[in-house]
Amino acid sequence: MADLLTLNGWLLALLQAALFVAGAPLLTIWVKRNKCRLQNRRAPSLLQPYRDLAKLFRKQVVLAENASPLFRCAPYIVFAATVLAAATIPLLSTNLPTAAIADMIVLVGFLAVGRFFLALAGMDIGTAFGGMGASREVSLSSLAEPAMLMVIFTLAMSAQSTNLSSVVQYLYDAGLVLRPSLLFALLGLLLVAVAESGRIPVDNPATHLELTMVHEAMILEYSGRHLALMEWAAQLKLMIFGVLIVNIFFPWGIATELSASALFIGLLAVTVKLSLIGVVLAFAETSLAKMRVFLVPQFLNLAFLLALLGALSHIILEVDI
Amino acid sequence: MALNLALAAVLAALASAGVSLFAQRRIAVLKYLAFPFLLLSGLCAAVAGGMILGDGDVQSAQLPFGLPWLPWQVRLDVLSGLFLLIIGIVTFAVGLFGPGYVSEYEHGGHPLVQLGVFTGLFVAGMQLVVLANDAFMFMIAWELMSLSSYFLVVFHHEQAANRRAGFLYLLMAHVGGLAILLGYGVLATFGDGFSFDAMRAALLSPLWASVAFSLAFFGFGMKAGLVPLHAWLPEAHPVAPSHISALMSGVMLKVAIYGFVRMTLDLIGDVQWGWGVAVLLIGSISALLGILYAMQQNDLKRLLAYSSIENVGVIFLGLGMALVFIGTGHQGLGAIALVAGLFHAFNHALFKSLLFLGAGNVIQRTHEQNIERMGGLLTRLPYTGVFFLIGSMSIASLPPFNGFASEWLTFQAALQAGALDNGVLRILIPFTAAMLALTGALSVACFVKAYGVAFLGQPRSRRARHARATAWGMRGAQGLLALLCLLAGVLPNVMVNLLSTIPKLLTGTGLQSATVHGWLWLTPVSSTVASYSAPLVLLGILVAWGLAWQLLHPRGARAVRRGAIWDCGFGPLNARMQYTGTSFSMPLRRIFSPVWRIEEKVDRQSEAEGLRVSRLAHQMQVHDHSWAALYEPIGRFVLLAARRIALLQQGNIRVYIAYSFFTLLVLLWLIS
Repeated sequence: MADLLTLNGWLLALLQAALFVAGAPLLTIWVKRNKCRLQNRRAPSLLQPYRDLAKLFRKQVVLAENASPLFRCAPYIVFAATVLAAATIPLLSTNLPTAAIADMIVLVGFLAVGRFFLALAGMDIGTAFGGMGASREVSLSSLAEPAMLMVIFTLAMSAQSTNLSSVVQYLYDAGLVLRPSLLFALLGLLLVAVAESGRIPVDNPATHLELTMVHEAMILEYSGRHLALMEWAAQLKLMIFGVLIVNIFFPWGIATELSASALFIGLLAVTVKLSLIGVVLAFAETSLAKMRVFLVPQFLNLAFLLALLGALSHIILEVDI
Repeated sequence: MALNLALAAVLAALASAGVSLFAQRRIAVLKYLAFPFLLLSGLCAAVAGGMILGDGDVQSAQLPFGLPWLPWQVRLDVLSGLFLLIIGIVTFAVGLFGPGYVSEYEHGGHPLVQLGVFTGLFVAGMQLVVLANDAFMFMIAWELMSLSSYFLVVFHHEQAANRRAGFLYLLMAHVGGLAILLGYGVLATFGDGFSFDAMRAALLSPLWASVAFSLAFFGFGMKAGLVPLHAWLPEAHPVAPSHISALMSGVMLKVAIYGFVRMTLDLIGDVQWGWGVAVLLIGSISALLGILYAMQQNDLKRLLAYSSIENVGVIFLGLGMALVFIGTGHQGLGAIALVAGLFHAFNHALFKSLLFLGAGNVIQRTHEQNIERMGGLLTRLPYTGVFFLIGSMSIASLPPFNGFASEWLTFQAALQAGALDNGVLRILIPFTAAMLALTGALSVACFVKAYGVAFLGQPRSRRARHARATAWGMRGAQGLLALLCLLAGVLPNVMVNLLSTIPKLLTGTGLQSATVHGWLWLTPVSSTVASYSAPLVLLGILVAWGLAWQLLHPRGARAVRRGAIWDCGFGPLNARMQYTGTSFSMPLRRIFSPVWRIEEKVDRQSEAEGLRVSRLAHQMQVHDHSWAALYEPIGRFVLLAARRIALLQQGNIRVYIAYSFFTLLVLLWLIS
């Protein structure tokens, strides 16, 4: 294990985490720009989310009178947990020491920590909106999280490892083989990703003060840098799911060795793949309407079922006895 | 040495019971004598358990009590050592917590003698159960534990519901006890003796082994609260005083698990994988239903009691997996699953006691049991608030706390199902892993509800608003358990290393590679398959949080401004406008609606032809299906049978004389 913890490895892990954090707003605005074009609106500049974040960081924080210390800590915890989740995902290269420290199950755990504090922060002030958002968030994610774990188990059983780097390496080496289990897992993960990153048709990131919102209802009381951290964490979450989908199921171009050129190709590849998935997401969001909240469980049950089918089809069809 | 220390722990617990006899009207006796003795007992038990786990040896002795031909035999090995450690830690915390908690009973004739005496006997009984090395002593200690805890359950006997809960508890404890006794009977017949050594040597036919296993699973499963034998648990655990609830949920359920592991893996020995399938299925159903029922409770202690059912289910899931693996000859994988299950048992003891002590603290300060009448307690009881948060995160299995570590290990064991030859088993195990994943996610929802409604928001009642600070001993007890939750989560290797001696003792195969890469890495199967480094994860959390704080938090006066809550311009919000616990759990109630029997009544009175609602009343009760489906039919059957048998009773003396005469005739005919 000690051989993993080389200086180069750590530098790469830091670089990837920094790239993740810095690049997350870019993916969000890319999706938004594509949506604008599809809807015949003028698109904001690519720098707009950075300007928004900078503005929020400069603003003073206004806290409700009865806000507890938990309310003030929560944005930092949510942000830190999301960054840690991002740090365990191979973005450019598969030689990632952090993937050995925290495997895919821990990744799900980090996301759960973020969600736990996000929901608690929503309930802290004691407004109805916050409680409503928290209730919906935990109810929906208690269906989405097992679906994601089942996707992970399918992958782990194929690659014989829960280490995400090993999984990506395994699928990269296996090349393009059409396997039913992977197809089910991909479909399951796509549905989970839509739900977990709060996109249409599950939640609408552009809406405010509607009875349908989930994520926005929880962060309604936040302002200033706290709000900036929460927003940034949400953007990171979208990026996390995007990278998971493209790098696990389409790992082409990812660096398998630590050289400058390989890493550069890896960066290029992941940028292209993410921008493609951004276009797909924009198309999907433009052509779909948001679901009623009580239809979402069916959507997530489908995700869970697909993931379970993936695991079962792996066991039945693909294990050699 | 360790065994003597363990016996000293039993003596200290008995001494605690003894001195309480003098606590008639003097609460000081409880506070300054009985609880310190419990503290001592807990310390001795924990040290003894820790020592034996560290050494890994077996110590046994004979006590000068018992029947002439069967002196009591005690034995301390690593399995009893682990459970002695669990008993010790929680007893120690309870000893610390107790003096502050019983101040409440200072006025108003509570039976203090009863509380002190039976607490001591209860702890001594549990310690003797894990020390026993013959079935006779085991059953006596088991009954001591069950009976003394009955008197603690009915401590608040002035309420009829508590007496009913106590009766149910007593009844089911004895049905379970009977099954255990019969199980030992089977083993004693084949082993020709009551001592565990004789039972170990016994050769059972597969059929009789299965009979003994079924009896043990039924008996110990009833005590552990497996669905559908759980009905007594959510009634009995919440009504006892809170430190007793902590002992019951945190420790007594574990003693039942000890009994199950001891009987199945040690005394019966030849494991059949079919047993594992049964345990796996019942365990995963208990886990899922337990958390779904917990989710719908608004009584804080009842919620915790139901969540104990969930955790017992998770533990049995690990044990079931171990039985499947061992029964199919995969001893190494069985060791991982067994360690995962036992590690979860240890962790559950820590965080469930922590949560029950926290709940006791809150209830003592607010005199409210219902979370709908709490709220805003984090700022009023900051220590309890923080410790309860740590307990909630642990039980919701969030990294880096201990619940996550054991759940991670259980998942890793489940992912090795590909090694099995039987196709059905290969499907079954990942399916139960999916159930476990669902359970874990639901427990996050459940504890967000419990913590959010009780500790955050605005106070929902006058008593919650005026909650005051707590005694130091109570804070200390919770702080200790919270610290242990963190330590067991961040340094899981220490515990896994200690636990790996248990499968070695029981099956001959320990964990081969779990901790070969040093204290930093946990690698249950091998380092290429899975690795988890909890210390580095904690470091990462601290670095990420520290960096975000350092870079983004401005210094100086400009930092924050306090303002009124945003109320959409409609005037001030009050506490009754908050989301309630019932509304919080409504989406899940709707999604999983077939799981409960929901009685909802809406009473709407309107004026002006239904246009204006003048009065609206809403009543809802969420029931357990098991009552209507299982217990009530059994109850009806018993009543019916009793009525049939009652036909014998005529109340006429001539008929009774005729009965005696004919009985005599039949007996004479039989012996002649």
